[in-house]
Amino acid sequence: MKADPKNVLVGSHYLDGNHACAEGAIAAGCKFFGGYPITPSTEIAERVSRRFPLVGGVFVQMEDELASMGAILGAAWGGVKSMTCTSGPGFSLMMENFGLGIMLETPCVLVNVQRGGPSTGLPTLPGQADMMQARWGSHGDYEVIALAPDSPQESFELVIHAFNLSEKYRMPVLVMTDECVGHMTEKVIIPPAEEIELVERNYTDKKPGEAWPYEDTKNLLSPLLPVGKGYKFHVTGLTHDQRGYPIINDEAQEWNVRRLIDKVTKNVDDIVWLEEKDVEGAEIVVMAYGITSRVVQPAIAKAKKDGIKIGMIKMVTVWPFPEKRVKELADKVKALIMVEMNYGQVFLEMDRCVAGKCQTYFVGHAGGTVHNPEDVYKTIKEAVK
Amino acid sequence: MITEVAQQKQEHPMEKLLRMDRIPHIWCPTCGIGTTVTALAVALEQLELDLDNVAVVSGIGCTGRVAGYMKLDSFHTTHGRAIPFAFGLHVARPDMKVIVFSGDGDLISIGGNHFIHTARRNVDITVICVNNFIYAMTGGQVAPTTPLTAKSSTSPYGNYEHPFNLPLLAASSGAVYVARWTALHIRRLTTAFKEAISKRGFSFVEVIAPCSTLYARLNKLGDGLDLMKFYHDNSIIKHGADPKDIDIEYQSKITVGKFVDIEKPTFLDCLNNRNKEVFGDKYKIYGGGNGHNRD
Amino acid sequence: MKYWRTPLDIDKIKIPRGELHIIKERCKGCGFCVEYCPKGVLKLSDEFNSKGYHPPVAIKPDECVNCDLCEMLCPDFAIYCLRAEDVEKEVTS
Repeated sequence: MKADPKNVLVGSHYLDGNHACAEGAIAAGCKFFGGYPITPSTEIAERVSRRFPLVGGVFVQMEDELASMGAILGAAWGGVKSMTCTSGPGFSLMMENFGLGIMLETPCVLVNVQRGGPSTGLPTLPGQADMMQARWGSHGDYEVIALAPDSPQESFELVIHAFNLSEKYRMPVLVMTDECVGHMTEKVIIPPAEEIELVERNYTDKKPGEAWPYEDTKNLLSPLLPVGKGYKFHVTGLTHDQRGYPIINDEAQEWNVRRLIDKVTKNVDDIVWLEEKDVEGAEIVVMAYGITSRVVQPAIAKAKKDGIKIGMIKMVTVWPFPEKRVKELADKVKALIMVEMNYGQVFLEMDRCVAGKCQTYFVGHAGGTVHNPEDVYKTIKEAVK
Repeated sequence: MITEVAQQKQEHPMEKLLRMDRIPHIWCPTCGIGTTVTALAVALEQLELDLDNVAVVSGIGCTGRVAGYMKLDSFHTTHGRAIPFAFGLHVARPDMKVIVFSGDGDLISIGGNHFIHTARRNVDITVICVNNFIYAMTGGQVAPTTPLTAKSSTSPYGNYEHPFNLPLLAASSGAVYVARWTALHIRRLTTAFKEAISKRGFSFVEVIAPCSTLYARLNKLGDGLDLMKFYHDNSIIKHGADPKDIDIEYQSKITVGKFVDIEKPTFLDCLNNRNKEVFGDKYKIYGGGNGHNRD
Repeated sequence: MKYWRTPLDIDKIKIPRGELHIIKERCKGCGFCVEYCPKGVLKLSDEFNSKGYHPPVAIKPDECVNCDLCEMLCPDFAIYCLRAEDVEKEVTS
């Protein structure tokens, strides 16, 4: 399915990452946005509120982030594409209904423009310290999909991609951007609608009475049941069976949780998106995501001038973690370096996958500013010693 | 004449509105929630609505289980968040009747903020709150509706916090229809449900219902039947009463009736009117989602 | 029942008759139906159902007027009335 030309602001624009996120959502056909103001994400809600009336969408400034997340789930079950955006403290509040979205297997998109934490932290300055919260923020076991754009252009594209993944895998998808990308203004090229591929919502072909909301399909991607069509289905945040009925025992729990995990882990090759540069034959590989993947580039260029065989992996998807690729590389390279604006979140996941097969280095800080490339360079020099 | 119905051929008239594969339900003997569910089922039947177009959304708690027993598109959401979920569902499908059916702790304590804001927006949904004065599912803790001096497992010496007056809260937040009945006033309750569901805008019905296992036991009030008898002897029907005057005190008279029934543009009316005013013909009246392309 | 006057259309009015159905296994013995039956048709039986509750039994089944109050008050969907078309009796004053 192609994007609707009505929704696509074709052309070359000068936008910041937040405005680009909003345009991405509109291009993807988002028709419900429930949001609550929070720095540094508010511009997304502002642009959506300005643009929605003429593209047939409804923007609602909700009473809080709990309601924002709840309302987008309700809207998604009502049959529209829905989204919310937030930052740090709001992300914490959304975790409750994010878990409901995971449990009900609801397609929708949540953008987190990360700022420094914990608590109120640094509202106006960047951070990447919500990455583990993105992975484990709601209680219980489940898998998530999280994307990290490095520019306004990519913010536009990844929000559309997030909508597509959410429809395909029938789950909320996270876009983990940050204050720096959100407030960085660059050229954004919005292509014509016919060049934007959208994944259509997968509704059941079966008749009412024959279809269940969590049908045990082979690929675990059960079609959704539409409301108001006589299916009279039930869905619940309680552990349930394929009928959506609550079943409170260990067997049902195993079936239910395995389903939430397997639908991501079994499709990991389809979901994981890495952009690799000079990785083949490299001695050192730097891994980074979001804005940090741009900040490390001068350091890599400098190291290359020194004759170091160095490559780089930009993680467009951070979750699910590219476990397979990291394990492969651990056998081949001398060292893997993770650069991120936190005190070691995705790094620990990398370190776990490496399992001592090569050296691992971490370059991080508490946030508030992007890295000094010189710090990355120093770590590269240390790694080649 | 009496027929004892064998289990294999049960044909209760409400069966088309209930998920019979899930009955018997989890509610205790002499709990009033089941009675309230019957009232809703009868109301829906009498309204002759297309039941495909009715959805019920519940939160968490004893009453939160209602969604699971109604044979409608039904959503059992998180604690306190039934209203925002229902709001999103309503905006996506304004043609559907969305009914929130939940308890006092769920809607008014943890979900209190959503309750007042959704009433403020006059969102066209119906909220049914079963008020049993206590957190029952978790074992009888004090609620924001527990009357002063009533005992609960976390107010063992008697509650000393002022409770909410739910009709006053709803009315002052902007609800266009507000009524209170007890589970005993079953026919008037059914009428109230019919009126609330038919009403355009945020309609609210509080149902005082017996919790035998916890509220009645902890306060030594007998069982649910004794509470029903109490409602019988102590309810005062006073339509149009000022919600300010209908606080519920411990084992006091309970004022019931229809207190608010006014007209006011709904959330979507206001959204459409404003946008039409600003954008003129460029604005297409919002009438719902784009999801169901399989018609 | 005594009226202060005899209604003019008394000949045309029929007191409805109900046919009472009790689903014993669903009953949790709350007694709502017994207490509020306006005709006192029911009482709790001595018999136990498999969950150990005493379901109601009709002691005056012929007096059921199909008012549905038991059906509406029952929290367990365990009792209902159907209109007994064939057994309607004419009012006698």
